[in-house]
Amino acid sequence: MKADPRGVLTGAHFLDGDHACCEGAIAAGCRFVAGYPITPSTEVVERIASRFPSVGGMFIQMEDEIASSIAIQGAVWGGAKAMTVTSGPGFSLMMEHIGLAVMLETPCVFVDVQRGGPSTGLPTLPAQADMMQARWGSHGDYEIIAFSPNSPQECFDLTIRAFNMAEEYRVPVMMMMDECVGHMTEKVVIPRPEEIDITERRFTTARPGEYLPYNLDGGIVPPMAKAGDGHRFHVTGLTHDERGYPVMNADAQEKCVHRLVDKIRNNAEDIIRLEESETEDADVVVVSYGITSRVAVKAIEMAKADGIKVGHLRLISVWPFPERRIRELSARVKAFVMPELNYGQMFFELRSAAHGATRSYLVPHGGGTVHDPEVICGKIKEAASQAQSKEVLW
Amino acid sequence: MVSPTNPVNQYLRTDRMPHIWCSGCGLGTTVNCFVRAVEGCGFPLDRISVVSGIGCTGRVAGYLKLDSFHTTHGRPIPFATGLKLANPNLKVVVYSGDGDLFAIGGNHFIHAARRNMDLTIICVNNFTYGMTGGQVTPTTPIDAIASTSPYGNVEEPFNLPHLAESAGAVYVARWTTFHVRQVTKAMKEAIQKKGFSFVEIIAPCPTLYGRRNRLGDGLEMMQYYKENSVIKNGADPREVGLGFKGKITCGKFVDRERPSFLDQYNTKMTERLGSSFKPYKGVL
Repeated sequence: MKADPRGVLTGAHFLDGDHACCEGAIAAGCRFVAGYPITPSTEVVERIASRFPSVGGMFIQMEDEIASSIAIQGAVWGGAKAMTVTSGPGFSLMMEHIGLAVMLETPCVFVDVQRGGPSTGLPTLPAQADMMQARWGSHGDYEIIAFSPNSPQECFDLTIRAFNMAEEYRVPVMMMMDECVGHMTEKVVIPRPEEIDITERRFTTARPGEYLPYNLDGGIVPPMAKAGDGHRFHVTGLTHDERGYPVMNADAQEKCVHRLVDKIRNNAEDIIRLEESETEDADVVVVSYGITSRVAVKAIEMAKADGIKVGHLRLISVWPFPERRIRELSARVKAFVMPELNYGQMFFELRSAAHGATRSYLVPHGGGTVHDPEVICGKIKEAASQAQSKEVLW
Repeated sequence: MVSPTNPVNQYLRTDRMPHIWCSGCGLGTTVNCFVRAVEGCGFPLDRISVVSGIGCTGRVAGYLKLDSFHTTHGRPIPFATGLKLANPNLKVVVYSGDGDLFAIGGNHFIHAARRNMDLTIICVNNFTYGMTGGQVTPTTPIDAIASTSPYGNVEEPFNLPHLAESAGAVYVARWTTFHVRQVTKAMKEAIQKKGFSFVEIIAPCPTLYGRRNRLGDGLEMMQYYKENSVIKNGADPREVGLGFKGKITCGKFVDRERPSFLDQYNTKMTERLGSSFKPYKGVL
């Protein structure tokens, strides 16, 4: 299926990441957005509010982020593709409804334009400190998908991919942006609608009266229904059986929740997107994502100028974590270096995947600005020189 | 011998019976009234969706053979808002309890009323959190005993019809589970009313609220409703607050016209954008 031409502003534009995210959502077929103003994400919904009336979409500014994060789910069960947009404090309020989307298997997109925290923190300045919250913020055990764009172009491209993955796996998908990428203005090329692949919702073909909301129909992701189609189905945030009915016991829990985890874990290779350069013969591999990856490129150039063999692995998708690739690399590189705008979040996943086979170095930064490339370069050099030891440092 | 089938069975998920509600609970009565209201409301059943929050009343969605959503605590109204806006052809009914709608969900109630979102809100008010064992709620009368107000409630409760009316609801009624015909009629009118309609149903929770407050069993609580209800259609909502063991003012208090959210949206957008704007009729 290709994009609806009504929503696609084909051509070259000069857009910031927030606006590019908005255009990506429209191109992806999103026609319902609920949001609440919060810096530095507000530009996304401002543009949505301006654009939606002309493309047949509905934007509503809700009373808070809690309402926004569940209004989108109501809209999805009414047949829409839907998203909400926020930043740290609002993202915190949305956590319960990430769990609801996981449990009901409601395809939807949550955009988090990250700013410094905790609490009100640094509203206008960048951080990458919600990464673990995106993965684990709701209670209970589950898997989600998350992407981390490093440019306005990728804000556009990955928002489309986020919607497509949401439909493919019936899961909430996070766009983990940051203030820098959100407010950075660059060239964004929007393709022609026929060049944009759209994953349509897979609706049930069962006749009314025969549809079971969580009957897998041979796959691992059940086909969906929408309200008003005559199926008279029931869904609940309680642990449920294939009829969607609550069942309160350990067997039902195992059957219900294990599949929610497996449908992502078993398809991780399909979901994961990485960008690699010169990792094949590198002594040190810098692992980065989002805005930090652009600073890392500069640091890598500086280290290479000093004769160090450095490669770069950029996480385009951040969840599920690319464990397999890290494990492969850890068997032959001498060290990983990971800069991130936090005091160690994705780094712990990296270190765990490297599993002691190689050394891992964190370059922490509390946010508010990006790293000084000199600091990352210094850590690359330190890693290259100490790489003989098996001691794991951070 | 063929046993007679209850005529409301066709609207219920009979494969989920027996339900979880206690004997003497008023919820079953409200569901009985609801399916009869739905039967006579003129909307095809396939177009009616029911959204519930969490709690004893939150379980209603799961027993109705309609498209039904059991969501999170306090949030059925924003879920219903999204559902309605995605497909305005649906008649969306929120069915939940006093704790769900007015404590944790209170903010959503007033904002949906302010917007005049085209939703019907049915609140079964039993003055307590039944599912968690009988705690105090925003409607528990002063002096009533609850597990978290063991010396009697000290907080002024909400007067729900007044709250609904002042926030902008276009239809507001209150009845008790003793008034089955009036409850059915009010539900039907609320469903048929365009805009934000609200029906409060006073219901017995003999297991928790009744027992702690020595109000007797389910039957005795119904007897109390019979003897202490005062029907005052058109009463000023400011004057229908409920006290502990006091009179219960029942009736239809508000029935007025105001443009619904979507009507207002389409009118204003057309005014502003002219013929380039195609009135919004849903995402599909």
